[in-house]
Amino acid sequence: MLTPEELEIVRLSVKVALVSVAISVPFGVAVAYALARWQFPGKSLFDALVHLPLVLPPVVVGYWLLLLFGRRAPLGQFLEQWFGIVVAFRWSGAAIASAVMSFPLMVRAMRLSMESIDPKLEAAAQTLGAGRWGVLLTITLPLALPGILTGMLLAFARSLGEFGATITFVSNIPGETQTLPLAIYALWQSPGGEAAAQRLCVLSLALSLAALLVSEALVRRANRRVRGDDAER
Amino acid sequence: MLSVDIRHPQGSFNLDARFDCGAGVTALFGRSGAGKSSVVNAIAGLTCPRAGRIALGDEVLFDAARGIHVRAGRRRFGYVFQESRLFPHLTVRQNLLYSHWFDRTLYSEADFAHVVDLLGIGELLQRQPAQLSGGEKQRVAIGRALLTKPRLLLLDEPLASLDAARKQEILRYLRLLRDETRIPMIYVSHAVDEVLQLADQVVLLDAGRVAASGSVEDVMGRPDLRPGGGLFEGGAVIDTRVGAIDDQDGLATLNFEGGALTAGASGASVGERVRVRIRARDVSIALEPPRQISIQNILCGTIARVDAPEGGGAAGVSVAITVGSATLRARVTQRAARQLALAPGMTVYALIKAVSLDRRIGSDLQKNQ
Repeated sequence: MLTPEELEIVRLSVKVALVSVAISVPFGVAVAYALARWQFPGKSLFDALVHLPLVLPPVVVGYWLLLLFGRRAPLGQFLEQWFGIVVAFRWSGAAIASAVMSFPLMVRAMRLSMESIDPKLEAAAQTLGAGRWGVLLTITLPLALPGILTGMLLAFARSLGEFGATITFVSNIPGETQTLPLAIYALWQSPGGEAAAQRLCVLSLALSLAALLVSEALVRRANRRVRGDDAER
Repeated sequence: MLSVDIRHPQGSFNLDARFDCGAGVTALFGRSGAGKSSVVNAIAGLTCPRAGRIALGDEVLFDAARGIHVRAGRRRFGYVFQESRLFPHLTVRQNLLYSHWFDRTLYSEADFAHVVDLLGIGELLQRQPAQLSGGEKQRVAIGRALLTKPRLLLLDEPLASLDAARKQEILRYLRLLRDETRIPMIYVSHAVDEVLQLADQVVLLDAGRVAASGSVEDVMGRPDLRPGGGLFEGGAVIDTRVGAIDDQDGLATLNFEGGALTAGASGASVGERVRVRIRARDVSIALEPPRQISIQNILCGTIARVDAPEGGGAAGVSVAITVGSATLRARVTQRAARQLALAPGMTVYALIKAVSLDRRIGSDLQKNQ
């Protein structure tokens, strides 16, 4: 059904999207928690910075990533020297680009669910002996689980479609950084590639739809666990 | 035992509360907005007042001047909230044992079984909070607080969100708790009957300040707290013991030092302690014992004081009548006071209809067991 090339493209796209979610989840949860629960000076500026990738031209984000993570750039050198990781023009760079671009979506969903948790429950947990971390791990995070899952899946779906920042940052290298949208673009550019591009478009649709359906199902299940409704009544 | 002295600016008034409370149940009584919850939250350690000191015995829990603030979880105070605040993602059993996740030493199979048994929640252990009724939730919340082995139990209007039947149900458990566990309790309420049924002492809060404190009989019987605060209708509170029950007529004889009252039995049993509240407006005064009258309670006493109404006649004259160890309050019109020439030292007869005595005050603990 799928050609080996197509299979390779899908595999790479899913790998990049998964890794990008894995990179951003810890930051996403922390930032969402800070925005939902803390008051600090410069909070609105911080909030704006978090949302910046949503409104900046993706090309700009890609360019800045290149400036930061290039092999001669400060962060790029740090990663290479300490961890032996090169991200410029590699699939890991594509994952970083996707993580940055999908970060605002992830934080939004997580923050909303954390804000909807009644602080009175957290106060009750305190009176029962829980410290700050205890409350976070046993009350806040479990109750925010549906929102955290939603955020992760939104970010995953967004990563599958990431184009501008990726192509600017890590270029369009088949087998290394050529994810689905990049492959479609490349095929479109080459003569006689329309049919193949069409196939990839349909594939892209199927993948995104599947991600959304899985997310729906997961969130429903998490909601049921968290609120304890109906299920086993 | 617990001494509280806190000051904190808050909304339209300054919280400035100073009181001590000992063993038994201390009611923090007052209208909504009087600062009751703020005081309890400060005691629990959930909030940090601007100034003052809170200590349990010799142990200082909060001292603004010395920068001491023991965090809520370390105070070992159980807290039962108005809304049960059960954790929705945990089962009833997990909710009950929540505190044990943070302190393994608290766990004891026997304690758990005892609390579950005391509150009758054995059937509910595997359920989620969303599947419980309001009364069941509150029982689980009480159990959860008890299983922290609290040194003090704080109850912030635990009945406020329940209907009348559920209120009686939970009150029954609270009385059981008071008599069985001997954990000192601070009970926040704005309902007179709850205070009368449960409390040993009352701290009356008004606009953030302690307006009065002392035994239930003293504070709840003080007439001066009525018109000013409009907190509750003036009256007397008398501690009695059930002397006899007339099953045929459904009446109980309630004895107190120097007298006896007849009231609806409503499930009371002989020997039981019952606190009766007699509203001042339900007491009439006669100079001679009336004959052929339906009124069941005719008590002979001496007038202790006659207080003219504040600002005009509408409120009526408040008359304090000493009957044995008790002091009754009667409210009569100025004209009646003048016609009878009521004055301190006079011997009078106080007339009280048996049906006017607050019958719910009779402890219905035994009835329901």
